[in-house]
Amino acid sequence: MRKIRNLLLLFALLCTGKLFAQTEPAGNVDMADSLRNSGKIYVVVAVVLIILAGLLLYVIGIDRKVSKMEKEIEDKK
Amino acid sequence: MPVPALPILHETIRNLYFHVCMWFAMMFILTVSLVYSIKFLMNPKEDYDIIASQCAYTGMVFGVLGLITGSLWAKYTWGAWWINDPKLNGAAITLLSYFAYIVLRSSMDDEQKRSRVSAVYNIFAYAMLIVFVMVYPRLSNVDSLHPGNGGNPGFNSYDLDSHMRLVFYPAIIGWILLCSWIASINIRLERINRYNHNKI
Repeated sequence: MRKIRNLLLLFALLCTGKLFAQTEPAGNVDMADSLRNSGKIYVVVAVVLIILAGLLLYVIGIDRKVSKMEKEIEDKK
Repeated sequence: MPVPALPILHETIRNLYFHVCMWFAMMFILTVSLVYSIKFLMNPKEDYDIIASQCAYTGMVFGVLGLITGSLWAKYTWGAWWINDPKLNGAAITLLSYFAYIVLRSSMDDEQKRSRVSAVYNIFAYAMLIVFVMVYPRLSNVDSLHPGNGGNPGFNSYDLDSHMRLVFYPAIIGWILLCSWIASINIRLERINRYNHNKI
């Protein structure tokens, strides 16, 4: 019984969440924040940085793999 | 290089040289992976398995980068990190099926079995890729927000001007070369790795 009541309460809570979501909060409006400045050029900068960071992390991963292999070879000697 | 001035997109149109090229590089390297998987099934050489698997891993890296950069781009042009776009969902499903490839490979210890099963699965995953990235966005009832929406999301419908083409085509070649270089490093590493393990 308690379980069902809690479930119903949870459901009601979720519904109210939906109600609130319909009025758009002021923070969600696309204002001219830094990424939307200068014709959104910083979005391009961010995209390039993401790619650079991603590839860098990947290369670091490869470096660690090589180190592991080097250690294996050292251990065998 | 001048770019066409378009509303909403503004300067982000330059992302074409990065975000779109990620997908080109991924498609290329996953096709190489498919070719070597088929080659492995016809002639089970260990080297084919190495090439197929490392190409798939490298392709995943570029796919994930494409997804993240696309998400950021979408946030500042379409207004949300993720939308219910047939292309986005298709790309996500394909990436998941390639994640499954990694899981499948790491779940088997027997090398012979692993290479054979994963080669078969790779062909299946590539079929998923073609279906979900090439076919599904064209058939879907929901229009994609990607350029050339509704009907053909293909290449010709990008309203590229000649200045952008001048950068875009070399950029595709460059990213594909970078991708194949990383893949070749991975392949050589894996060869050395297996050689060392066989010597023990």
